[in-house]
Amino acid sequence: MNALMAAARRDVLLALRRRADVLTAIFFFVMVVSLFPLGIGPEPALLKKIAPGVLWVAALLATLLGLPRLFHADYLDGTLEQMALSPSPLALLIAGKMLAHWLLCGLPLVILAPVLGLQFGLDAASLGMLSFSLLLGTPLLSLIGAMGAALTLGVRGGGVLLAVLVLPLYIPTLIFGAGAVAAESAGLGAEGHLSLLAALLALAVFFAPWATTAALRIALE
Amino acid sequence: MNLINWFRYASPQSFYPLAGRMIPLFWILALLFGAAGLWVSFFVAPTDAQQGEGYRIIFVHVPASWMSMVIYLAMAFWAGLGLALNTRLSSMMAQALAPTGALMAALSLITGAFWGKPMWGTWWVWDARLTSELILFFLYVGFIALQSAIDDPRRADKAGAILALIGVVNVPIIYFSVKWWNTLHQGSSINLTRAPSMAQTMLLGMLLMALAFWMYSIAVSLLRLRAIMLERERHSEWVKHALE
Repeated sequence: MNALMAAARRDVLLALRRRADVLTAIFFFVMVVSLFPLGIGPEPALLKKIAPGVLWVAALLATLLGLPRLFHADYLDGTLEQMALSPSPLALLIAGKMLAHWLLCGLPLVILAPVLGLQFGLDAASLGMLSFSLLLGTPLLSLIGAMGAALTLGVRGGGVLLAVLVLPLYIPTLIFGAGAVAAESAGLGAEGHLSLLAALLALAVFFAPWATTAALRIALE
Repeated sequence: MNLINWFRYASPQSFYPLAGRMIPLFWILALLFGAAGLWVSFFVAPTDAQQGEGYRIIFVHVPASWMSMVIYLAMAFWAGLGLALNTRLSSMMAQALAPTGALMAALSLITGAFWGKPMWGTWWVWDARLTSELILFFLYVGFIALQSAIDDPRRADKAGAILALIGVVNVPIIYFSVKWWNTLHQGSSINLTRAPSMAQTMLLGMLLMALAFWMYSIAVSLLRLRAIMLERERHSEWVKHALE
């Protein structure tokens, strides 16, 4: 567990010393969300209806931005090889890097989303549900995305390829995440969606570090 | 003890001539089943009471959908086998199957649109099956894109195998999530299973066409497999002899 925390702490520290990378992704999120009313028109009823989907899709794309960086620098300077040789299991260290990715790319979105939701006229209950669904869903995005990042490590056209690989796998998260907010707005209970989202998260926490490690070992061969 | 050598055909060298002998056989079977299937589906199967003549597209649509799903499973199976046992031929088989699978998924989507326009009055609905077929097509595209982006064939095989296995775990999750999403959002406006029980001859035509699609897929995958074998093993001695 110490190894996991150390790996996470290292990545967070590195990112905080070069804040631009993280801030770019966050501003990207804000800008994409603001583009939708400009493209669709300012009718409040319509905006309120599309808000969950728009915010969730924007969150999806914003987490995608940080993924190519997840392993790339460590791969180039050999840190990743040292991690693979270190006495603590590689899967734990990778889980630490995933945690750091979520703290840097996922958590800010959870905090910002209600503010943006206000612009779309969501009521308080829906805003709370939006935050909560993102809190459950964004770790899932980091976990699934890390698998794609490991597979495309050092590959030609990595960034675009990563999006093509990962976006289809994001679909269930999008459906249940945006669905929870939509169900809350419509006055139906969101428990079903949240339970499924939590179930997916439990599955991914177990399998994703393992699959990512397997993919990284192939890249390191 | 060792009565059967299970790995005899696991080497490209011994499988190459065997595949060469199997391909004509599967082409002939594909033509025979295809001719019989088309004859049954165009001349024998009765006109549908509700859907008229337009329903006949299902004789292509349904087999293509089936094949697109079966081939994904087969591809993941061979890719996983290649990853576990480190057999070259299994990974080549997975690579050879992917384009045919993508073709079947695309064919299924296109013929589905042709069927949807006269029957539902629209080219596309966000029905659970249509959407999951579209996502299956995306998964094929991702697999092919990943394999072709990596120059080292061994690494391409292994990375592709992991992606195919991740995909297989996700296919049921995606299918059910899309299904539940669909029922929550628009209710059961259109139900594909609504059609009345099928006439015997319609079922016969569909089965014959499905067999034709199976045979075609096997033949064309083996053909592609032979080309991949030659390309990858081009520096070895047996390829020089095989091409003489």
